[in-house]
Order: sequence, then C-alpha cells, then structure tokens
Amino acid sequence: MKGLEELLVDHAFFRDLEPPHLTLLAGCASQVRVDEGEFLFREGEVARAFYLVRHGSVAIQSITPHEGMVTIQTLGEGDILGWSWLLPPYRWHFSARAIQPTVVVGLDAACVRGKCEQDPGFGYDIMRRFSQVMASRLEAMHLQLMNVYEHRG
Amino acid sequence: MSTVAEGAPATAADVMRPDLYRIQRVRRETHDTFTVELRPDRGGARIAYRPGQFNMIYVFGAGEIPISISGDAGAAARLVHTTRAVGTVTNVMSRLKAGDLVGVRGPFGTPWPTELARGHDVVVVAGGIGLAPLRPVLYWVLAHRADYGRVVLLYGARTPQDILFRRELEQWRARFDLDVHVTVDRGSQAWRGSVGVVTSLIPKAPFDPRDAVAMMCGPEVMMRYTALELQRRGVPVGQIYVSMERNMKCAVGFCGHCQFGQYFVCRDGPVFPYDRVEDLINRWEI
Repeated sequence: MKGLEELLVDHAFFRDLEPPHLTLLAGCASQVRVDEGEFLFREGEVARAFYLVRHGSVAIQSITPHEGMVTIQTLGEGDILGWSWLLPPYRWHFSARAIQPTVVVGLDAACVRGKCEQDPGFGYDIMRRFSQVMASRLEAMHLQLMNVYEHRG
Repeated sequence: MSTVAEGAPATAADVMRPDLYRIQRVRRETHDTFTVELRPDRGGARIAYRPGQFNMIYVFGAGEIPISISGDAGAAARLVHTTRAVGTVTNVMSRLKAGDLVGVRGPFGTPWPTELARGHDVVVVAGGIGLAPLRPVLYWVLAHRADYGRVVLLYGARTPQDILFRRELEQWRARFDLDVHVTVDRGSQAWRGSVGVVTSLIPKAPFDPRDAVAMMCGPEVMMRYTALELQRRGVPVGQIYVSMERNMKCAVGFCGHCQFGQYFVCRDGPVFPYDRVEDLINRWEI
C-alpha cells in the first residue's frame, strides 16, 4: 500500500512539489473513501479540508431557485477539489457529491494553513498552485455564464 | 457545378449559378438543428470536396446561405449539411421535406489540414454546432486511420439535449482507436457524464502536445479559450487550426461581406491557421 507522500506526489497537482514541502503536506493528509451519492461537503459549511481526487468522480453542485440542485462541474481522477479553505471566512461556495464510488486524499485545512504561516516558502508554493486552480475555475465559469452555444447558426 | 473538380468552380459565371439538388432525407438532430442529404437533380456530376469546405444553399423564396459540409468526403455521391434553425432561411429550410429542391453552389473555401496532420496526433475540439464542420475530419481520419497517431475528439454542448450526432458519438466512443470526450455546460438529473466547459477536457486528453495538430470549431469565444488551453498544454500555436464563420454572400471573395481584417473568410478561410487570425479574433470591433 502506498504511503501518503507517495499518493501526493502521484497526483498531478503536487507532482513537482519539493521533498521537504511534500513531507509537510503529508502530515496533514489522510485517505478518504466516499460512496456514490455521498456529500464530501455542502454549500455554506465550514471548509475544513481540500481534496485530491484519485479515483471516481465528484459533482460540484449548487442550489438554484428554479431548478433545485444543479451540477456546475464534474471532477475526476487527477483533479483538485476545493479552494474555499484558503480564504476567510472559510465557507464552501458549492456542494461536492460523489457520483460514483470515489477515493480522495483529504488535506486538513487548519493544518495546511498553519504550515503555510510557519514556512512562507511552502505557503507561497501552495498559494501559487491554488491561484492557478482559482483562475481556471473562474475562466470556466466565465465561459459557462456567457452561454456561448446559444446563438450560433 | 455542372463539371466538378476538387476545390472551387472554374469561372465567375459558374460560381454564381446554383445547380438544382433534391433533398433525399431530412433528419432532426436536436430541438433546433437538422441535417439534410442532397443529390443532384436528374443525375449530375459527382461532388468532390474536402473536409472543412462549405456550400452556398439557395432555399427558394427565402434566400441563400453558407453551410459547411458535415458529411463524408469519401461518400461524395451525396451532400450532407447540418445547421441550426436560427434565421429566416434556415427556418424555412428546416421545414423542407424529402423530394423538395434547393440550389447549391460550391464547394468553397479552405479545407482542414488533414494532409498536414498525417503522421501526427489529431485533436478535434468542437463546441455546439461546431461539430458539424469537423465531422468530415473524423470520417476522413477514421477512413485513413493508419496514417495518423492518436485521435482525440473533445466535444462540448450546452446541455445533454443539445448534443449533436449523439448516436454517432456513442459509436465512436466504443472504438479502441479514437478517444471521445463529451461535456455539457449544464447537466440534468439524468446526465451521468461530464459537466464543465470543453476547455476543461484539454489538460487530461491523451495526446502528445508537441506532435499534435489541433482543429477547432465553435463560438469564437470558445475557440479563443480553447487555443489558450491548447497552448498551455504545449501545442505550438502554428499547429492549431480554426474554422471561422462570417456572413458570406458571394463565396468567392467578390462582395466583401465576409471581410475579416485583411481576409475574406469565404476565400481565405473558413479554415485558418490560428496564428493568422489570433489577433483579429481577440479584437472586439472586427
């Protein structure tokens, strides 16, 4: 069975993480299995962790006034789930629900934030990686909001 | 188009005269898109065209519009066009039936770089109805499968109900020599597939970015983001091709309706190397 450091470095998001930083991060990690239909977190709850998806698939969902629960995005193997843990007030903006049996590595938010404060080099690396995630999600949402497929003839 | 050679018809008089074609079949693809299959009326010449080219279709009493060819260039005894009913002409056209006549001029325009892509991975990225002009590429590549490396189709639609050529996508997905990934911007309760924009499929798609030729078609804003994501993945900009859409009238660069910067889309396009139009695509006022 693989150790947590190995699981982290196997994941695309942390593949090139420096070994000392990997050790720091592994101290905050645990493996989590989620059944189909089970929520990893719900919109509005305190963001206590973020996740690396190893196997399976997770739907990012939100409740809308007219359509109820709507899936905004699906994530799969190699994706990173959650960035609300990084910025106050540390509340989830969306819900995340497994749409098939899923295995993730969970990273404890308070633990990672604490290590970011103690080691600015580590903190910068984490911020840099998550800035990319946030920029990608913003870009994707921008495209979705534009509803670009609607009027093409 | 009484005599047909590959590429555009020969003389100015020829190019402006439509030939009569009879509709063999009309197929509804989604709630607002449809496909027509045409054959020359009373026999006529075989139509030769290359993937990516378009025809001008004259719907009598309504007008003439450019529509890309969505059929198999290897089965050119019939012309296949897929479009969305969005304007006067396409709405009238959507109500035509088998046996009705239309006028056809063409084929016009530049093709997809299927020859240049030989020996390389092929990445096809389509959004919405943009899959229609790219379908001939897939027919072509699959008919000459040994000549190409990995072949990947990334397709994004608005909702599961808007997925074009659904049955064919399912058949392609079952093949071992083609990777098909479909995503929708907005899922439904019944949808078990991917939700997210088509660009989100690019980072994990199985191809070698340095050795890939990418061909994309869809709304311009989607193509802009797709080109960015392809380049982020490592595809050189010179290996990215795009099909542009403009208001084409004469189809041969006479009238200027489809002018796009220094280009006429009908004559210099619709397929362009992305680095030739990148600056124009990013300009709002063009």
